[in-house]
Amino acid sequence: MTWGKFILAPFFVLAAHAGTYPGVGRPATPAEIAAWDIDVRPDFKGLPPGKGSVAEGQKVWDARCASCHGTFGESNEVFTPLVGGVTREDIKTGRVASLKKPDVARTTIMKVSTISTLWDYIHRAMPWNAPKSLKTDEVYAVVAYLLNLGDVLPDDFVLTEKNIAEVQARLPNRNGMTRDHGMWDLKGKPDVANPPCMKDCIAEVKVGSSLPEQAKGSHGDLSQQSRGVGPARPAAPATAVSDTTLTDLARRKACLSCHGVDHKVVGPAFRDVAKRYKGQDGIEAKLVEKLKRGGSGSWGPLAMPPNPDLPPADASALVRWVLGL
Amino acid sequence: MQRAGRIQHAPEGFLDPVQIAEVQAGRRDFLRGAFMAAAGMAAGAARGQNAGDPAILELPEHSKALGQPVAARGYGLPSQFEKNLQRRESPGLTRVGGSSVSFTPLQGLFGIITPNGLHFERHHQGWWDIDPHRHRLMVMGMVREAKVYTMDDLMRLPAVSRMHFIECGANTGMEWGNVAVPTVQYTHGMLSCCEFTGVKLSTLLDDVGFDRKNGKFVLAEGADGSGLTRTVAIERALDDVMVAWAMNGEMLRPENGYPLRLVAPGIQGVSWVKWLRRIEVGDQPWATKDETLHYVDLMPDGMLRQYSSIQECKSVITTPSGGQTLLDKGFQNVTGIAWSGRGRIKRVDVSFDGGRNWRTARLESPVLPKCLTRFNIDWVWNGSPAILQSRAIDDTGYVQPKINQLRAVRGTRSIYHNNAIQSWRIGEAGDVSNVQAY
Repeated sequence: MTWGKFILAPFFVLAAHAGTYPGVGRPATPAEIAAWDIDVRPDFKGLPPGKGSVAEGQKVWDARCASCHGTFGESNEVFTPLVGGVTREDIKTGRVASLKKPDVARTTIMKVSTISTLWDYIHRAMPWNAPKSLKTDEVYAVVAYLLNLGDVLPDDFVLTEKNIAEVQARLPNRNGMTRDHGMWDLKGKPDVANPPCMKDCIAEVKVGSSLPEQAKGSHGDLSQQSRGVGPARPAAPATAVSDTTLTDLARRKACLSCHGVDHKVVGPAFRDVAKRYKGQDGIEAKLVEKLKRGGSGSWGPLAMPPNPDLPPADASALVRWVLGL
Repeated sequence: MQRAGRIQHAPEGFLDPVQIAEVQAGRRDFLRGAFMAAAGMAAGAARGQNAGDPAILELPEHSKALGQPVAARGYGLPSQFEKNLQRRESPGLTRVGGSSVSFTPLQGLFGIITPNGLHFERHHQGWWDIDPHRHRLMVMGMVREAKVYTMDDLMRLPAVSRMHFIECGANTGMEWGNVAVPTVQYTHGMLSCCEFTGVKLSTLLDDVGFDRKNGKFVLAEGADGSGLTRTVAIERALDDVMVAWAMNGEMLRPENGYPLRLVAPGIQGVSWVKWLRRIEVGDQPWATKDETLHYVDLMPDGMLRQYSSIQECKSVITTPSGGQTLLDKGFQNVTGIAWSGRGRIKRVDVSFDGGRNWRTARLESPVLPKCLTRFNIDWVWNGSPAILQSRAIDDTGYVQPKINQLRAVRGTRSIYHNNAIQSWRIGEAGDVSNVQAY
C-alpha cells in the first residue's frame, strides 16, 4: 500500500545518519572538512606540503608584514617585537637564557617552543587586518624569513614540509616549556599555601605598593566611573574629557585605533595634525582624499592604510573635526 | 542643642575639592551643613528653620504628572543616572582596539550576574555581528562521522542552563609587580558571570561517536579573523563544557560570540572560544599560539608554564573599593565577590586591618560551583585609616594567597593567574585607594 511506503521511507533515511538525535545535523563533506581543518600540530600533522625561501619571505614580509612588525621584526609600535634576545648558545641548549633576566622584553622568538605554532598562526590569523590571505607557499616563506631575522636560519634556506622538523630542532626555546604545575588537572596540586589564620596574624602590616603619582590621572576622570548614589561616591573630578558624536564616529571607524586626540599611538595625535595644517588652502579636500587613498608616510615610517569604504560625508565630517581641534 | 530631626541629603555626584579639604581638616559636621545648603534649604527657611527636606516638602514632577507609556523602548535600557557604569579600556594596555580588553565595572554591580551590556570583552581581531543563518559548527577529527550543524540543529538538541564565571587568565595581571591601576574595574574587571544556555559538548561528542579510547584532547576553533584555537582536556570536555548560544536569558551578544561560543567552566577565558565554528577530537595537544606564545606563565627560572588553564580561588571587595570615597563614619555594608575554578566557595574572610585579624563574611545564595558568590559583612567605620582585604577558601580547602606568597613562588613576570588577596586602603577623609599590603 502506498501509505505504508511513505511512512516507512523517512525512518530509513534517518536511521542511516542516526547519531543519537534523529534529524539533527548532517555529515560533513570532504571539501568542507578541507576548508576548515587548517590546524597544524607540533608533530606536523595537518601541515600541507609546500616550500618557501628566505628571499621569497622577505618580499612577502616587506609587502604584508613590515607595516605592523617593522622591516626587521623589531617594531614595538603596533605589536610587541618578534625578534631579539636570542643567542647562538640558546640555539644549542634550546632554552633562551635571557628569559631569566628581569629587564629583557620578551619577544616571540624568545618564547616560541614549536615551529608548528608559528606556521599555524601565520596561516590562520595574519596579516592582522587580512587574515587567511596568504597562500601555503607564502606562509612557508614568511616563517623562513622570520627565523632568518632571528638568526635561526641562514639567508639561503628554503623551508619545506620535509625539512621543517630539522628547523624545529634548532628553535632557541624548544625546551623552554613545562607542564609541571597543578593548573591543567581539576584535581591538580596548588603551588602556594596560605594558612587561614584569623587572629593576630602579622606583627606589622607592610604596605609594599600604592598607586604611583604619575599613574594617578592615567585612567581618565574617575568621578565619572562609579555610581553617584549609594554608600560611597566616586573620586573627585579631574579635568573634564569631552565626548562628542564625532569622537564616537572616529572610534567606530577605527581612527582611534591608531590616532589619539592628544597623543600619538601609531599615527600622529589629531591635535598635532590640526597644528601642522592650520590655515592651509584646500587642506580639507586634500586630507579627505588622503583618508580614502591612504597616507604616504609623511608622519613616520608607517603609512596610513586606505579607507576606500568610508562614506564621503563621514570623511569630511572627521577631517573638519580634526582640523578644528 | 535640640534638633528637629536629622535631615541629611548627600551631595549629588561627587565630593568636590572644597568639601574634601573640609573633611580632611576634621570638620565632618561641615558636611551635614553643606548637604543641607546644597539641597537648597532656602525654601525650608522661608517656612521657618529646618521645616524639612525640599525633596519631600515640594512634590517632584513625577508625583504630579503622567509618565511614559509601556513599550516606549522596545529593548529597555538603564536609567540615565547609571551612565557612569560602562565597560572601559585601560589606557596603554594595548595599542590597538581590535586586539584588546574592555573591563566590567564591578564597583557598580550587585549579586552575581553581570548584565549582558557590561560583560567584559577580549578580542584578538575585533568582533562581528554574524548572521546566525549562515553560521555552522563542524565536529570532526577522531570521530565515527564528522558532522555539520546549523544553529537550528543545535538549538533542537537537549539544552542545559548553568551559571558560571568567566575570567581572563590575565585578570589582575598588570599588578604582579606593583600597584598599577586605580579602581576595581581595572584591577579585577576581566571577570563576568552569566547563566549560559546551550548543549553539553559531551552530547555533541556522543552524537558524532568520538573515539573514546584514543581521543584525549579537543581543539576548539573560532570563525573570527583570528581563528583562535585552544586545546581542551577530554576530561573537561566530557564533564561540564558547553556549546552555548545564550547568556542571561537572551542570545549571546555579538561582543561575546553571537551566535555560538564555548563555555569551559573554571578554565581561563581564552578557552571560551567565541563565534565557535569547529570542534576537533585528537590524541595530542595542539600547542596553538594562544597556549604557546601567550597564556604561558613565565617563572623565575626562565621556564614557561604551558597549558595552565584553571583559574584558582579568588575574591575581591567591590565596595568600598579604589576610586571611591566613603561619605561618613558609621555603619557600612562591605560587599564583594568570590570564585574558584575548582569548585564552590566554602568561606570568605574579611580583614579591616591589613590582614592582622579576620572575620568571616556571609555568603549570599546561590553558592554554585565555578560561579561567582556574593559575600557581605557588617562594618562600623570609626573614621580611622583602615586596610580592607578579603580572602576566599574553596571546597578543596585551598586558601586565596597573599601577593608576596605568590611572588615567592612565581616571581613578578608571570602575567597570568594573579589570584592574590586585594587590599583597599581607606584614609581619614574616606578616600579609598589601591595598595598592596601583607
